[in-house]
Amino acid sequence: MEVFLQQLINGVTLGSIYGLIAIGYTMVFGIIGMVNFAHGDVFMVSAFVALIAFLLLTAWAGISSIPVALLIVLAVAMFFTSLVNWVIERVAYRPLRGSFRLAPLISAIGMSIFLSNFVQVTQGPRNKSIPPMVQGEIVLYRHNHYPVTLSYKQLVIWVVTAALLACFWYLVAKTKLGRAQRACEQDQKMAALVGVDVDRTISMTFVIAAALAAVAGTMYLMYYGVVSFSDGFVPGVKAFTAAVLGGIGSLPGAVVGGLLIGLIETFWSAYFSIDYKDVAAFSVLAITLIFLPQGLFGRPDVEKV
Amino acid sequence: MSAVGRESEHPHAPRGPARPVLPAPARSRLASAVRDSAVTAALAFGLFLPLIGFETVTNIRNEVTLQTRWPLLFAITAAMGFGRMFYTLTLEPAIRRRALRAAGAPSAWRARAGRLFVPSAIAFIILYPAVVLLLTGASGALKWIDNFGIQILIYVMLGWGLNIVVGLAGLLDLGYVAFYAVGAYSYALLAKTFGLAFWILLPLAGILASFWGILLGFPVLRLRGDYLAIVTLAFGEIIRIVIVNWVDLTNGYAGIGGIPRPTFFGIPFSADDDGFAAVFGLEFSPLHRTIFLYYIILALALLTAYVTVRLRRLPVGRAWEALREDEIACRSLGINTTNTKLTAFAMGAMFAGFAGSFFAARQGFISPESFTFIESATILSIVVLGGMGSQIGVAIAAVVMIGGTEIMRELDFLKDVFGQTFDPTQYRMLLFGFAMVVIMVVRPRGLISTREPSVFLHERKTISAELVKEGRG
Repeated sequence: MEVFLQQLINGVTLGSIYGLIAIGYTMVFGIIGMVNFAHGDVFMVSAFVALIAFLLLTAWAGISSIPVALLIVLAVAMFFTSLVNWVIERVAYRPLRGSFRLAPLISAIGMSIFLSNFVQVTQGPRNKSIPPMVQGEIVLYRHNHYPVTLSYKQLVIWVVTAALLACFWYLVAKTKLGRAQRACEQDQKMAALVGVDVDRTISMTFVIAAALAAVAGTMYLMYYGVVSFSDGFVPGVKAFTAAVLGGIGSLPGAVVGGLLIGLIETFWSAYFSIDYKDVAAFSVLAITLIFLPQGLFGRPDVEKV
Repeated sequence: MSAVGRESEHPHAPRGPARPVLPAPARSRLASAVRDSAVTAALAFGLFLPLIGFETVTNIRNEVTLQTRWPLLFAITAAMGFGRMFYTLTLEPAIRRRALRAAGAPSAWRARAGRLFVPSAIAFIILYPAVVLLLTGASGALKWIDNFGIQILIYVMLGWGLNIVVGLAGLLDLGYVAFYAVGAYSYALLAKTFGLAFWILLPLAGILASFWGILLGFPVLRLRGDYLAIVTLAFGEIIRIVIVNWVDLTNGYAGIGGIPRPTFFGIPFSADDDGFAAVFGLEFSPLHRTIFLYYIILALALLTAYVTVRLRRLPVGRAWEALREDEIACRSLGINTTNTKLTAFAMGAMFAGFAGSFFAARQGFISPESFTFIESATILSIVVLGGMGSQIGVAIAAVVMIGGTEIMRELDFLKDVFGQTFDPTQYRMLLFGFAMVVIMVVRPRGLISTREPSVFLHERKTISAELVKEGRG
């Protein structure tokens, strides 16, 4: 029971990170029907930006208040990652819009290779670790000397994720941009006819996706305290799994899928085998796609002749 | 409505060079060039500020500290700005002028060159080891035959194998490296455990790999397009993770070493008295084996190409292409799509299995590191960059992409330009990814933009790649 509760807490934390990345996949897929392969690497880039911003703030600017530092790091990471993703969309995907379907996929794979190698070349191949940003924990419950704890950093992740998701929900559901996005998702030509700037809307989708990935990247860095250039691929694929599990194109689905993948992974590691935890995630991906291709919240894909 | 379907229903006008050309006065062109380059430089500055402006360095106490690299940052920003200005002022007008010149029918000269290209290319690769020997002598030839010849031919073969799945049957496979790994591990384990010879294990590895192709093909029969790609990616990764963790069988990350090498009709390539050199009265040289391996992979690659060409004319090959063009129409005509897809997977996997067992035999050592997702992505990109379905295109793409990254190892003179700490090999994959993006943006249909249909009415002719569907998996 104690182990179960503890793993539940850990799983939800991991799941929040996956959920934030998964939103980026699902939004981009929803609006231009492409699997943005580079999204995992955008997430990794954001973690590096956060690392550099954190070092700048603590070592150079001498800010000692952790909440302030964390907020600034978050803002800096979101800004630069959005810029990166905006440029990527302009350079690598926009010229291929309306072209044949494999072209953007290959372009995205190329971008993914480029980004991870760019970070490797500019920042070196070693793992980068930082001193813990947030320490301490709350003991929720103790039984037979086995405490169930909720560390402050997990709490921070929960709070930040919940707050950002609320902002994001407001953006998509209530603002003009969100309405334009939903319109483009349904029918780009029609949206253009009623005066929606489709190009700008797609650009903004990439910016929002990157901003959420940057939140995930910052949280990832804070939680694990270490990041390397190759950290984009596996979380990326898992977040994609989450998006598929929740039903690709569905925003609540991405969050629920993220939480489920996080939970599946932590419980699998705790009860079965930690070596095969990635196999668990990949198997979930394959099983979902084969038996439930529309995911939990997605619309079924009907083909008309 | 499917998200993928929407794209084809509402095609956007192509952007870029195809825009209507308006004659602009030179003055305003200069002004816009300055403005463009300022914007580009500002963007570049913003993009590179965190990752190039600062370097995270691990110090002696294992703490990560920051160092600045302002000169590099400013140099890159300036280079981007001036590069953009150069592009706007000189390249862009040239590209527009070229776009204006109507692309008519290819000239007779081009057609003749096209006909001669394949025989002369095959003649060149058959003579390649001799040419290299003449040019560089025995000491330098090893590198050129091994790193360039054999390495490129392995990827040509893999590209042709995957071309059956992706280019002909239109099934997007991102886990192709799994079958390559199955082939390599089959050869390594069977050769080490049972002492079987390369020529016996080569077909066996192919059979095992195609068995896995069918096994992994079954569950994905219903999937299409990107979903198929992602599930095959997942299968590829699962196989790799199993190889990593099943230490008893595969020795995990440490890999398998001491894999027996192929022999020349039973004569080993060793320095012993009964070795190849001694039997034929030659002086021992590692070159003999390398050249032998070169011709093995050349033969295997040509076999792949030949089988593909012949298969395209058989009912199964035609069914593959019909499946790529329209799956529903295919089914309505009574083609068994299940069998068609499975044969495509099995065929593609078989050639990967051959290539895998050759790879194990050539290296003498294999580890899971060689079978990562990047390999699958590389092979798929070779197929797409070359022009899906075009065998010449795939071969050219393999030469460009693999040869291009290999040549980065040889650019030592760059050290004189950028200083001794500059290591060109670091930038191999960086440029590889960059090249993938650039080629896709410039030529979304791949390097070779024409196809030769296998079925035709009255006369054989080449058609534009635009007319060939890419399949929905």
